[in-house]
Amino acid sequence: MAIVSSLRGIGSRVINAVWRIGYASRFFMMTLFYSGLSFRRFRLTVREIFFSGVMSLIIILVAGMFVGMVLGLQGYETLKRYGSESALGSLVALSLVRELGPVLAALLFASRAGSAMTAEIGLMKATEQISAMEMMAVNPIARVVAPRFWAGVLSMPLLAAMFSAMGVFGGYVVGVVLIGVDEGSFWSQMQGAVDFKHDVLNGVIKSFVFGVAVTVISLFEGYDAPPTAEGVSGATTRTVVESSLAVLMLDFMLTAFMFRGD
Amino acid sequence: MERTTLDLWVGMFVVAGIGALVVLAFKVGNLSTYNVSDAYQLQANFSNIGGLKSQASIKSAGVLVGRVTGITLDNKQYEAKVAMSIDSRYQFPKDTIAKILTSGLLGEQYIGLDPGGDTEMLKGGEVIKQTQSAVILEDMIGKFVYSKAESGK
Repeated sequence: MAIVSSLRGIGSRVINAVWRIGYASRFFMMTLFYSGLSFRRFRLTVREIFFSGVMSLIIILVAGMFVGMVLGLQGYETLKRYGSESALGSLVALSLVRELGPVLAALLFASRAGSAMTAEIGLMKATEQISAMEMMAVNPIARVVAPRFWAGVLSMPLLAAMFSAMGVFGGYVVGVVLIGVDEGSFWSQMQGAVDFKHDVLNGVIKSFVFGVAVTVISLFEGYDAPPTAEGVSGATTRTVVESSLAVLMLDFMLTAFMFRGD
Repeated sequence: MERTTLDLWVGMFVVAGIGALVVLAFKVGNLSTYNVSDAYQLQANFSNIGGLKSQASIKSAGVLVGRVTGITLDNKQYEAKVAMSIDSRYQFPKDTIAKILTSGLLGEQYIGLDPGGDTEMLKGGEVIKQTQSAVILEDMIGKFVYSKAESGK
């Protein structure tokens, strides 16, 4: 009997997961479909850019600085063995622009802004503000969800770019100012190695994709949360877990497409 | 519709983000040395290109004069056709030799152009006739071992 009930449990979980994927896809399409309002009344989106983008600035800048400094330190220790300390600039810049900038900025964004979005929308639903909007013939997707979606999608590439720039600065501070790698070769090796189209633009595309994934997951988890205190807390946890996993998996797929040696 | 401090913060955020992208493009990346607009195309056939890649640099006397834009295999002669885009500030004589060289012992491979003495210059779309293929380490070791075995008899 235990086998039957555990099988039944697995089956219902699988069906539930597929159900949620379908609902999430429909939710995503509805968000895109009703995005008109968030551009016609751009003030709504600007407000959300403030809460998700500007408020994440400090954590992004500080984290970027320290990641760059660690890269500078570790990269120097390794490169020193091969006598090629001058390649430190290209090591720091390439790893930040291609991978660490978009990925870490998206992970920080998911835990800083994504969880807040989920909790906010989940509480709106729990306190029946969403139903109240529907009663007043205001489409909650157009009024609440779409501005947050576009705010996240627009802020993410900017945040990732700031993360990378700050990281390069951190690597410069540790490598050139503290350790004393030659400044000229630091920058010239970096400029020789980082290609604008191949590295910088692909990094921007990556962070754009991560922005879509993280905001859709956060908004959907909030919208789908059971309208209880427990439900909202569970949804917030799921947002952070799912969007972190989604970012890392998408990163692998995008890297496989973008940087296969040509 | 009136301006609020919130707009100011968002404006600063957007300006800082775009500023970071510009820094990445010009200070970190190579956009400042990118001028593809005024370039002409040349071609060269090599019997072996070794590890040459698209976007590899083309140098003459050590100065960067262009980039490799494409590598294809000629299906009739089984040679590598390398398309090059050369900065139009630089002209090369018709009997220029294109060599595949390596920067340092383990560095990237690039194309070196050795200008000849011809008075006529290569024009866009023309083919460099004289080429020297990449040095393949395995082939060299093979030849060395073979010659050693022969002389040791």
